Amino acid sequence: MSRRLALNTAGFVVAALVVAVLPRFISSYHALEWANVGIYFVALLGLNVLTGYSGQVSLGHGAFMAIGGYTSAILIAHHGVHDVWTIPLAGLVAGGAGLGFGLPALRLTGLYLALATFAVAVAFPALARKFERFTGGNAGLVLTLHTNDWLYYLSWSIAGAGLLLGWLVLATPIGRSFRALRDSEVAAISSGISPALYKTLAFGISSFYAGIAGSLVAISTAYVNPQTFPITLSLFLVVGLAVGGLGSLPGSVVGAILIQFLPTYAAHVSKQAPQVIEGAILVGVMLLLPGGAAGLFRLVQSSRQP
Amino acid sequence: MAQFWQQVVSGLASGGIYASLALALVIVYRSSGVINFAQGEMATFATFLAWTFLHHGISFWPAFALTLAVAFAGGVALERVVIRPVEGRPVLTVVILTIGLLILINGATQWIWGGAVRKFPSPFSTRPIHVGSAAFSIQDIGIVGVCLVAVALLTLFFRFTKLGLGLRAAAVNPEESRLVGVRVGWMLALGWGLSAALGAVSGMMVAPVVFLDPNMMQGILLYAFAAAVLGGLESPVGAVVGGLALGVLLNLLGTYFSTFGGEMRLVGGLAVILAVLLIRPTGLFGRTAVRRV
Repeated sequence: MSRRLALNTAGFVVAALVVAVLPRFISSYHALEWANVGIYFVALLGLNVLTGYSGQVSLGHGAFMAIGGYTSAILIAHHGVHDVWTIPLAGLVAGGAGLGFGLPALRLTGLYLALATFAVAVAFPALARKFERFTGGNAGLVLTLHTNDWLYYLSWSIAGAGLLLGWLVLATPIGRSFRALRDSEVAAISSGISPALYKTLAFGISSFYAGIAGSLVAISTAYVNPQTFPITLSLFLVVGLAVGGLGSLPGSVVGAILIQFLPTYAAHVSKQAPQVIEGAILVGVMLLLPGGAAGLFRLVQSSRQP
Repeated sequence: MAQFWQQVVSGLASGGIYASLALALVIVYRSSGVINFAQGEMATFATFLAWTFLHHGISFWPAFALTLAVAFAGGVALERVVIRPVEGRPVLTVVILTIGLLILINGATQWIWGGAVRKFPSPFSTRPIHVGSAAFSIQDIGIVGVCLVAVALLTLFFRFTKLGLGLRAAAVNPEESRLVGVRVGWMLALGWGLSAALGAVSGMMVAPVVFLDPNMMQGILLYAFAAAVLGGLESPVGAVVGGLALGVLLNLLGTYFSTFGGEMRLVGGLAVILAVLLIRPTGLFGRTAVRRV
């Protein structure tokens, strides 16, 4: 165990160094793209806690990102709060919304959560347009611009902190309860783990991450409107999650890179190609490689050991 | 009062559409314990096929029947090719797979037919018929009729044919059905085929009303979820009753409370899902699952 901890720490430090020096070697435009990768990474970390570690799936994480994004945007635009301070608040508001939402949605099986979160993602733009007084309706809210390098460091320092926090949470008894519920609900219940409590908690934590990611989206695009968080965002997050690997927090980086860069490259084929490719990748990964990139890594590793 | 009855009838028309898609979801759910998130997109794809048939000069009802046949075959093929390999894997895997199908089929529809909104012809006239002071549209009544006939035919099939019996047996107890000679794997595929055909019915009925576009079924899928949850996810009767009740409820809400008009109807559907889960999570006709530990 201590050897694994040492390896993980070494990996984290090396990765942090690479992330820290990267902007020196890439253009400012690419720095913004990589800042987005950091943002998707944060969202995927949260989704991974929910799906990879506690066995539930959310199809509406875009909506919880939207809650975080709008929280930040409203605080910045209407109340003049400094951008950075709105980030934790956005996380808490989205996390609170997640807890409140998980309570009814998780009374039965995880399927109901998937179904209810899908409904949230579809209905959210209507709500954002309805409360025009706060959200600016279709016109949205305009925020202050920042330099790309600043956004890059902001999103990656939060991503790093989010990764550490995720590891920490999953190492506690709470994390063990999540895994126990995922692997055998019956056995978990007989050991005194309350499924409703821990599933709702997992959803709350994961919405907290989504809220923070949404806040970062708002800050980095300096603009939010109902189209900033479309249903396709929620769905692509699931693709990124599966590609990165369910139950591997660092693997989510691979998923985040895919979400950011695939549309750009696939659009060369055709405007509609990205979506077809994303769908085909998700189907292919679930059929052939359910462990995603992290699973592939483990497979290579175990085949090298005699 | 005339307005009330008009709204009830047009609510039943939307309700019939929700009911067909909800029933499609329930058939798949009963046979494999999975919600097929691609059900709506499969219906959209089928409706675009129907549009193509109509575009090539086939008249409405032959095109309708042809679409149902293609949708059925497509559903069976999808189950055989994509779902069968993951049979027995965790539900989560299968659910994520159907999300992949949702993205894939939606993208394919946009790729093939483009994102433009199209007019889809209605087989029924939109002329109103007058009963007392109320005016009902023939189209609304026709939609309810087609959806109910589809549901009734399916019920007859499940009740009175040997194949229907096999399907029900495979859903209730796959192990023992296999022992008495039911080919459970094919029954699952058949369930997917029937669901796809039923979804196509709802797609072709809704397209004249909302116009045909690649995302047309997203909202309808939300209502179908709400209908299925309201009726109880494993109850076919519940899906139909839930769908019709939901259609009427949302119509009346939209008429008498302006908050729930227009786009906010979606929020009404969401509210119904959450309310049912809070108050009676098993729905109107669902039974509490009892597990043996």
